[in-house]
Amino acid sequence: MSQTDIQSDIHKSILQQQKTEDRRKLMLNGVLLVLLLLAPFVMYPVFLMKILCFALFAVAFNLLFGFTGLLSFGHAAFLATGGYTTGYLLSNFSGLTTEMGIIAGTLVSTVLGLGFALLSIRRQGIYFAMVTLALAQLVFFFFVQSSFTGGEDGMHGVPRGELFGLINLEDNLNMYYFVLAVFLGCYLLVQRIVSSPYGQVLKAIKQNEPRAVSLGYKVDRYKVLAFVISAALAGLAGSMKSVVFQLASLNDAHWHMSGEVILMTLVGGMGTLLGPVIGAMFVVNIEYQLAQGPLRDWVDPILGGIFVLTVLAFRSGIVGEVQRFVRKNMG
Amino acid sequence: MSMIFGVPMAVLSGQLLIGIINGAFYALLSLGLAVIFGLLKIINFAHGAMYMLGAMATVIMFDTLGVNYWVALFLAPLLVGIAGVLVEYFLLRRIAGQDHIYSLLLTFGVALIMQGILTNIYGVSGLRYAMPDMFKGGVNLGFMFMPYYRAWVIVAALVVCFGTWFMIEKTKLGAYLRAGTEDSQLMQGFGINVPLLVSLTYGFGVMLAAFAGVLAAPIYSVTPVMGSHILIVVFAVVVIGGMGSIGGAIITGILMGIVEGLTKTFYPPASSAVIFLVMVIVLMIRPNGLFGKEA
Repeated sequence: MSQTDIQSDIHKSILQQQKTEDRRKLMLNGVLLVLLLLAPFVMYPVFLMKILCFALFAVAFNLLFGFTGLLSFGHAAFLATGGYTTGYLLSNFSGLTTEMGIIAGTLVSTVLGLGFALLSIRRQGIYFAMVTLALAQLVFFFFVQSSFTGGEDGMHGVPRGELFGLINLEDNLNMYYFVLAVFLGCYLLVQRIVSSPYGQVLKAIKQNEPRAVSLGYKVDRYKVLAFVISAALAGLAGSMKSVVFQLASLNDAHWHMSGEVILMTLVGGMGTLLGPVIGAMFVVNIEYQLAQGPLRDWVDPILGGIFVLTVLAFRSGIVGEVQRFVRKNMG
Repeated sequence: MSMIFGVPMAVLSGQLLIGIINGAFYALLSLGLAVIFGLLKIINFAHGAMYMLGAMATVIMFDTLGVNYWVALFLAPLLVGIAGVLVEYFLLRRIAGQDHIYSLLLTFGVALIMQGILTNIYGVSGLRYAMPDMFKGGVNLGFMFMPYYRAWVIVAALVVCFGTWFMIEKTKLGAYLRAGTEDSQLMQGFGINVPLLVSLTYGFGVMLAAFAGVLAAPIYSVTPVMGSHILIVVFAVVVIGGMGSIGGAIITGILMGIVEGLTKTFYPPASSAVIFLVMVIVLMIRPNGLFGKEA
C-alpha cells in the first residue's frame, strides 16, 4: 500500500468516526427534544419554565465566561433590566402584545450591555470582574430608587397577555411551549456562534489573547460583540422570566444573582454547550428541593459548599467530568 | 445659623463626620483587600464575611463570656486571623497555580457558608452591643457635637492603616513579603518560608477586616449579612484607588466616605450609588485607578 492510500484510509476512518459521533449526537438531541416536549405533562410547567429561563441566562453567561474567558460579575443587571422593562411595558401599555414587550426588554438589555462592554472591555481577568460588578451595582441602586420598579416590594401582576395577539399565554402549557421555543432558538444560536469562525476567534482569545492580537485580530471588537450578545440573551431570559412569574423583583438585580449564574455555569461545566443548562437544572432543583425539606434554612451554606467543592475538585463541571469519563472508558 | 449652599452648617458637618467615619471603615477594609490582592493576587470575596465575623465575635464573646471591648479588640481579630490562615492553608493553597478567578469563586463560596450558618443561628435582625462606658458622651466642638467613640474610630483606623502601610512599604518584613510575591522560588532559595509568609499575609489581611468589625460593633447594627453590602462598596474603593496600591486604598477609602457623606447632604437618593459612579468616571479617565501603577 502506498503512503497516500494509507492516508486516505486514515482519513476515511476519521470521517466514519465523525459520522457515528454525529449520528449519536443527533439521536441524543432527538431524545432530549422529546423529553422537553413531554415534560410539562409530568412536571409542573412553571417549575420547568423557571429552569428554562435560568438555563438561558446561564447559556448567555457561558458564551462570555466559558468561550471568551471573560468573567462578568454583573450579569444580574441584564436579567433584571430585561425583566423590569418587559414588566413595565406590559403592565402599562395594554396595546402591546407579549412578544413586543419581550423584544423591548431584550433591546434595552442589549444597549445596556454595550455600555457595560465599552467601559469594561479593556480590563482583564479579575479587574474585568470587579468593573462589571460595580456597574451592575449602579444599575441595582437605580432600580432601588426608581418608583416604577416598586422598590423593595417588586413589580407585581405583570399580565402574560397573548402571543402575537392570538395565543393565550395565561395557559401554562402555551406559555411553556413558547418559552421552550425561545430557549431552543437561543441555544441553537449560541451553538452556531461557537462553531462559527467568529466563535473560533473567541476561543483563541480565551486561550491566548496576545497571540490573537499578533495574528491581527481586533480583539476588543470581538470581545465587545460577545459581551453584547451575552447581555442580550441574559436580558431575554429576564424578560421571559417576568412574564412567566408575572413579577420582577430586586432579587434579580442583586449581585448574589450574578454569583448564582456563575455557580450554575461552573457546576454544569463551563465552556461546554450543555453544561450551563445542566447546571441551571441542578441549582434550581437543589434550591427547590432544599426549600421543601428540613434543610430549608440551609440553602445558602449548601450552595456555598457546592461552590467550594466545585472550584477545588470539579473545575470542569458535571458535563466536563462526564465527557472525560466517556472518553476514557468508551474510547 | 450659618448656611452653606442652602444647607445648615451643623447638618453639613454632621454628614461630613459620618462620611469620615464610614471612610475610616472603607479604608481599613480596602486596605486588607489591597494587601491580599497586591501581595497574593487573591480576590478575597470572603472579606465582608470576615468583617462580619469580627463584629459578631465581639458581641457573642461579650454576651457569653463577658469579654470586654478592649480584650475583644485584640481577641476577635486574632481569632478571625486564625480562621483566615486555616482557609488559606486548607482551601486557597490548593488552587494556587490556577487562574485568579478561581480564588474569587472559592472565597465567594466560603463567604456564603459563613454568612448562611450565622444567619441560621442568629437571624438577620441584628444583635445589640452596648457602647463601652468610657466612650459615652462627647464633646461640643462649637460648630458640631463630636461623640467620643466616633473620634476613637477615626484615630484607631488611621493608626492601624498607617502602621500597615509602614510595615509593608518601609520595613524588612515588608520587603520580604513584596519580594516573595515577585519571585517566590528565588525567595525560597534564600531560605525564606514563602508558603508560611502567604498564610500569614492572608491571615493579616482578614485581621484588618475583623478589626474594622470590632470597631463597627457599638455603632452599626451587627448582623450576619452586614459584610455583604459593604464588601461591594469596598471593592469599588479598591478599584478606584488602583488595585493592589496600598496607600491608594487608604486615601481613597477616606475620600469615598466623605464623597458619600456630601452626596447624602445635597442629593440623598444618589448617596448609595455615588461611589460606583465615581468608579465608572475614574475608570474612563484613568483605567488603572487613581494610584495604580501598572500599565
